[in-house]
Formats: sequence, C-alpha cells, structure tokens
Amino acid sequence: MSIKIMDLTHVYDLKTPNETIAINHIDLEVETGEFIGLIGHTGSGKSTLIQQMNGLLKPTSGEIIISGYNITEGLNRPINKKKKVTKAESTQRKKRLIEVRKRVGLVFQYPEYQLFEETVEKDIAFGPINLGLEEAEVKLRVKNAMEVVGLDYEAYKERSPFELSGGQKRRVAIAGVLAMKPEVLILDEPTAGLDPKGRDEILGQIKSLHANEKITVIIVSHSMEDMAKVASRLIVMNKGMIVLDGTPKIVFKQIDLLEEIGLAVPQISYLIRALNTAGFSMDETINTVEEAKDALIQILNKRIG
Amino acid sequence: MIKTEGLFFKYDDEKDENKYALKNINLNIVDGEFVVIIGHNGSGKSTLSKLFNGIYYPTDGKIYIDGLDTSDESQIWEIRKRAGMVFQNPDNQLVATIVEEDVAFGPENLGLPSEEIRARVDEALESVKMSAFKRKPPHHLSGGQKQRVAIAGILAMKPRCIIFDEPTAMLDPSGRKEVMQTIAHLNKDEKMTIVHITHFMDEAVEADRILVMDEGEIVLEGKPKEVFSQVEKLKEIGLDVPQVTLLSFELNQMGYAVNKENLTVDELVENLCQLK
Amino acid sequence: MLRDITIGQYYSVQSKIHQMDPRFKIIASMLYLISLFLVNQIIAYTAVLIFIGSVIKLSKVPINYILKGLKPVFMLIIFAFLINVFLTSGTGDPIFKFGFVTIYLEGVERAFFMAIRLVLLIIGTSLLTLTTSPIELTDGIEYLLSPFKKIGLPAHELAMMMTIALRFIPTLLEETDKIMKAQMARGADFESGNLMNRAKALIPLLVPLFISAFRRADELAMAMEARCYRGGEGRTRLNVLRYSSLDLYGLFVMVLYLAVCIIL
Repeated sequence: MSIKIMDLTHVYDLKTPNETIAINHIDLEVETGEFIGLIGHTGSGKSTLIQQMNGLLKPTSGEIIISGYNITEGLNRPINKKKKVTKAESTQRKKRLIEVRKRVGLVFQYPEYQLFEETVEKDIAFGPINLGLEEAEVKLRVKNAMEVVGLDYEAYKERSPFELSGGQKRRVAIAGVLAMKPEVLILDEPTAGLDPKGRDEILGQIKSLHANEKITVIIVSHSMEDMAKVASRLIVMNKGMIVLDGTPKIVFKQIDLLEEIGLAVPQISYLIRALNTAGFSMDETINTVEEAKDALIQILNKRIG
Repeated sequence: MIKTEGLFFKYDDEKDENKYALKNINLNIVDGEFVVIIGHNGSGKSTLSKLFNGIYYPTDGKIYIDGLDTSDESQIWEIRKRAGMVFQNPDNQLVATIVEEDVAFGPENLGLPSEEIRARVDEALESVKMSAFKRKPPHHLSGGQKQRVAIAGILAMKPRCIIFDEPTAMLDPSGRKEVMQTIAHLNKDEKMTIVHITHFMDEAVEADRILVMDEGEIVLEGKPKEVFSQVEKLKEIGLDVPQVTLLSFELNQMGYAVNKENLTVDELVENLCQLK
Repeated sequence: MLRDITIGQYYSVQSKIHQMDPRFKIIASMLYLISLFLVNQIIAYTAVLIFIGSVIKLSKVPINYILKGLKPVFMLIIFAFLINVFLTSGTGDPIFKFGFVTIYLEGVERAFFMAIRLVLLIIGTSLLTLTTSPIELTDGIEYLLSPFKKIGLPAHELAMMMTIALRFIPTLLEETDKIMKAQMARGADFESGNLMNRAKALIPLLVPLFISAFRRADELAMAMEARCYRGGEGRTRLNVLRYSSLDLYGLFVMVLYLAVCIIL
C-alpha cells in the first residue's frame, strides 16, 4: 500500500476566534500505482491535505503513512522557545523532512514562479542536491526528468529558465520535482492557465510517467473532462471531508450531488442524462466522447436497421 | 466601434526583421457586438487587445476606436475612456486598499466631481453585484470577486466597449462562471460592446462572433456554429471544441444525419430524437 | 495567518475620534508628541495622562488592545530605563554604590520619566493609526504635504506609493508563504544552519519573489494607464476631506491641553 491516512484533522488558528476546520477526520487508503484525481472547489480542504502529505503542514491530529513510513511523526518544531534547540534535534527534524520529501513530491500551482537558478539544469538539480545525492546521480536524474517532460537536455541545460515560454517554464518546474524521484507525485492544478495544447502535452507526460515508473499520482484539478480522461479514481472533497470516492464512472453519475457542492461533470455526462430523460436508454456511466459515440452508433444502427 | 485596417505589429525588441506578432488584421466590430477571440498562447490575441487600448502602437496599418485613431497620441486618454480593459491577473490590476476606492480610481483620473464619482461607483458595483463588499479590502475577496471589482472599475469610467484579456485564465470554475455571467449581463442588458479573449472554448458558445487567431493571423471567423463545426481545422492549430460539438462532428463524419453545428446538450438531444 | 496582518493596526469602530478629519488627527498627534517633551513635572504628566486617557475612552478602542501594542517595544523601554538609571550622575549622595556602578536619585527619577514618556509616545502614535484607516492616513498626508508641491515635493506620488504598498503587502506576504512552501517541498531548508547558510538559503525565496514583484509592478502600471492614470494632475477624489465641527471641538481641546502643558 502506498498511502494510508488515518483520522486526519487540520484546524487553522486553533483556539482563536478565527478557528477553521480545514480537514475533518479523514480516512483514506491509496494503493501503489493508482492515478487519483482530487476534486473540490476552492476552500474544500484539498490544498491543506496535499500540503500535509508533503510534511509542509503538521496535522492537528491523525497520521499519514507513506509506504510504511509515518511522515507525520517527528515534525514538531521545538515549541519551547526558551530552551535552546540542540543541534542534534534540528538535524533530526531535517533528516525526517528529507525522508518525507524523498517519498512524496509536491508540485504547486503555477510552479514556474518558483524558478530561481541561472540555468535550467541548476534549477532542476536544486531538489536532488538538497536530498544529499552525489553529483553524478544528480546529473543523471536531471537528464531523466527533462526527458520525461519533453525538454532536450543538451539544448536546454544551459538556457536561463526565465527566457523560456510559459509552458516550457512550467515543465522545467515539474522536472525539478520529478528529479527527486518521489514514490508519490502530487500535482496541484498542473494545467492551470495553459492552452489546450499545453494542457494535453503535460497531462500526456504525466500519464506516461505514471505508466512507465509505476508511481502513485495525485492530481488536483478543476477540469472534470481531463479527470474523466486520465484518472482511475476520483476523490471529491467538500467542507474538509471526502464526499465521493470511486472510479470516474461511479463519481460522475452523482450529477446532483456534485452540482450541489459547486462542481460540474463532463458535458458528456449531462448529455447522457438528457438523452435518457428523452427516452433513450443509455448507460449512465458514460463520460467520454469516445464511449458516447460508440453507444450512440449502436442505438442509431438499430433504429435504421 | 473597433476597426482595424491592414494592421501589422512587431515588438520593439524582436530581432527577426520579418517576425510580426500580428499580420494583416482587418476587423470591424460593431456597436453592441459580443466578439470572442480564441487562440493558443502566443497566437497574438493578447497583443491585439493591447493595441486596441493604445498600450502598443501599430507598426503598420490603423486602428480606430469609435472613430478615433489610436496612433494619435492626443486622443489616447479619450480612447482609453471609451474602450476599457480588464486584464488576466485580478491581483495586479487593483490599486486601492478598499473596494470602492479602487472602483473610484478611473473616474478620479478623469477629474470628475466627487458626487458624480460616488454615483458611478455605486452604480458600477451594483451592476457586478459587489455592493455588499464595497468597504472590504481586495485581498479578502475570491479571485472571481476581485475580477468583478476590476470590471466595476472599468464600468465606472462609462466606456462604450470593454476588452477582456483572458479574465478567466487564473480563476477556478465558480470564479469563471461569475465573470462570464457578468460579461453576459453587460452585453445583453447594458448593450455594451464586448471583446473577450480566452482559450476556454466553452466561453465562446454565447458569442455573436468568434475570431480564431493563429501565428498572428485571423484564421477562422464566424458565428460560433460556423467556427466550431470546423473541428479539424481547430484541432490542427491546437484548440478544443465543446464535447457535444466533437461528438456531433464525429457522428456526422461517419455518415449519420447528425448536424455538425450542434453546440449545446439540448441541440444534440433534439437532433438525436428526430433520428429516432 | 499571514493575510490577516494589517499594517498600522486599524481598529474599526465608530467613534468621535474615528470620525475626525485625518489631517487634524495627524497635526494633533504631532503637537501631542511635542507636548511630551515640554513636560517634566509629575503634575504635568498627570495632565497628559488625563488627556490621553480621555482620548482613548472617546475612541472606543479597548485599553488592553492598545497596551498589547506596547509588548514589542517593551524591551526598548526597559533598556532606555536602565541606561538612564546607570548613566545619570547626580549632585547628592548616591543611593546605591557597588564597584563602578553608582546610582543617583536623579537617575532613577529621570529614568522613570523617560520610560513614561516613551510609553505615552507609543500610545499616542498608535492611537493615530488605530483610529485612522490607512486610506484616510494617506489622504491626510497628501493634503498636508500638497502646499510643499511648489518647492518640488511630490506629495501625490508619495501618497500613491503608500497606497500601492499597503495594497500589495498582503499579496506579497501570501506569495512569500507560497514560494517558501514550494521550495521546502523541493527540500530547501530555511530553519537550520549558521547565519551564512541561512542567508544563502534565502536565495531560492528572494529571486522568485523579486521577479514576481517586478512582474506585478509592470502589469499594475499597464492596468493603471489603461484606467487613464497620468499622475496627480487634474485628479479628483471620491472622498474629499472636510473639516467638521468635531474637528473644531478637537482643536479647542488641543489648544487648552497645550496651554496646560506649557504653563505646568
């Protein structure tokens, strides 16, 4: 098993008038190699959840175990300010965090805004170097990561990341996390702001990475059409809780529930529902253009024949 | 309202002599029209919008906004007053620390008396349904709300036309919906001329006319039905079509009597029912 | 959370003090500061205390809230107190003598007044920001400085810069938080190491932050121009500052207060 989340809760501004519950007693299990779409409107708790899975936020209570390693343990920053933090303590904490980041890679929204190095190669190498890897290994990983995102190593390694186009910058930033070779890759809206072509390229690269490396992928997305295409399992969050969890076919059947919490379903799902109301009897789990086409051809052939 | 004649544009820092960001654009957008310009990143659509507002000047050719020539510097403020512009990043276009002060920014620049500014601010905020937030600081608002405040800021200058430069690109679905509803309201109820630039194809369905840009040129132009039914051409330049249109197109290609021009779920359902 | 930081801490309630004209409040605060350096008698300090106490009462800002603002400068006050205690030499017999440390009665007295003066000074200035919103404050400054435009002081530009700074502080704080987290996800360490290492660790934070700030500035300039901004010339305002009868009463009280301070 890849990820196990037990009774996870996160409260911001605990014990103040602004207290808000971002995550409310979540239990979740993810198998290695799953491709998950995490869906929910802004403020549903999904960003809090992914930051916890990367050790950036410490849960108020509960545990997250990534392939047997409890990542929520030992993250406590020394709270007692009067007591001087011993070097050993801080090294210990640092080590634990590095262990977490070796396992879970997190690509933030608009990751191109975190590029800072002079060259593409140096920027991608930032993560692996922080993990304490050897120079040769770092170079190899940078090369591989660039290959995955479709950037030619020789052509781009010496270029400044700031001269690249928006889509290329985004790919350099994603490569920076891929080079850390995480077992679980989490991407927060990796296609936000891209045009259809850029979006399809990045989704395609993530998909083939998932197929080749057998890693677990979690994508946070607003695009139901994209999720219907790539994800094998959808997790829908609302008000800090998981409200739906299952294959896209099962989840997109719940049109009313999804709309109630401010989400939508692919246009095809709406079409199927409307057709069924109009007297067609179609499989209500259809949610892609291809499936709808095949089903309609059958029906139309029958009518004509 | 907006007219261009043989418009060419090249960026000043472009080294390549022959690389134009815009090539031979001839347009005529009439009063009250809702025009959507689509194209992928780098197709020249944003550049074009900045020329409409006199932020850039044409390298060759002419642009007339409401009859005024944008290359005439003495007219520039009048042009900006008549053709307002809303940008992509909601954070980077709000100036003041309080919503109503921000909406007042434009009219203040026009030198209007304060009673007039007050009336316009209230009216503009009402129009985008943000009156309840007028004393709030912008950073407490959602992306969609910020963008509506930005729209109100333009409305308060009483323009005849608003150019939207990818106003929904950075928003979540509910923010996008808010902004699209606001745009539709301005066009239908307030009879405002709208130029909306986007790469979300579903936002173009309601337009009076769609212009498709690629490599600095207008490659397709027409009513939504006419443009979207060109599925192959759109795919070739890397653009999407709504799923219903794609499905209709593919069924049509296979010889079924399905109309390629179906844009909405209802249209396709009705079409399929007839085949029954 | 970072986004809740409000610079100058404006306390939003309706009160007579809040309603006063910002220009008057700025000038009154300055006069108050001057008055603090005029007084040096217990009785005069009592007058100041009564004055500032009544202003606080009128402003409806809870006294605890104001005292909380003293916390960060508490060390500074203690320091000023001790410096005065130890370094003032007196004429009479020292009240305490140990090694090279000698404390005179005058020293204690002076230190005591100095501390009180500092506390009153901080309370006075924080009252100004607590009862005046940043926007009013900027407006007030712009109006007060505008006579100096003739000698080349860019009053409008200064005020505009202040407004934009206030507007973008929360945005940039949020952004800092985001970039920091993104770099931490890539294994960056902002917490441990010696000073040199920590300074170096800031590069992955500062470079993106600067680039983003410049991009924002660029876009904002374009958006402002598109909204017909061309400097302060010919600009009008939504809210025009007007003195009211409240300010007249305030002025009366202020003159009375200053007179008392000078006499005492």
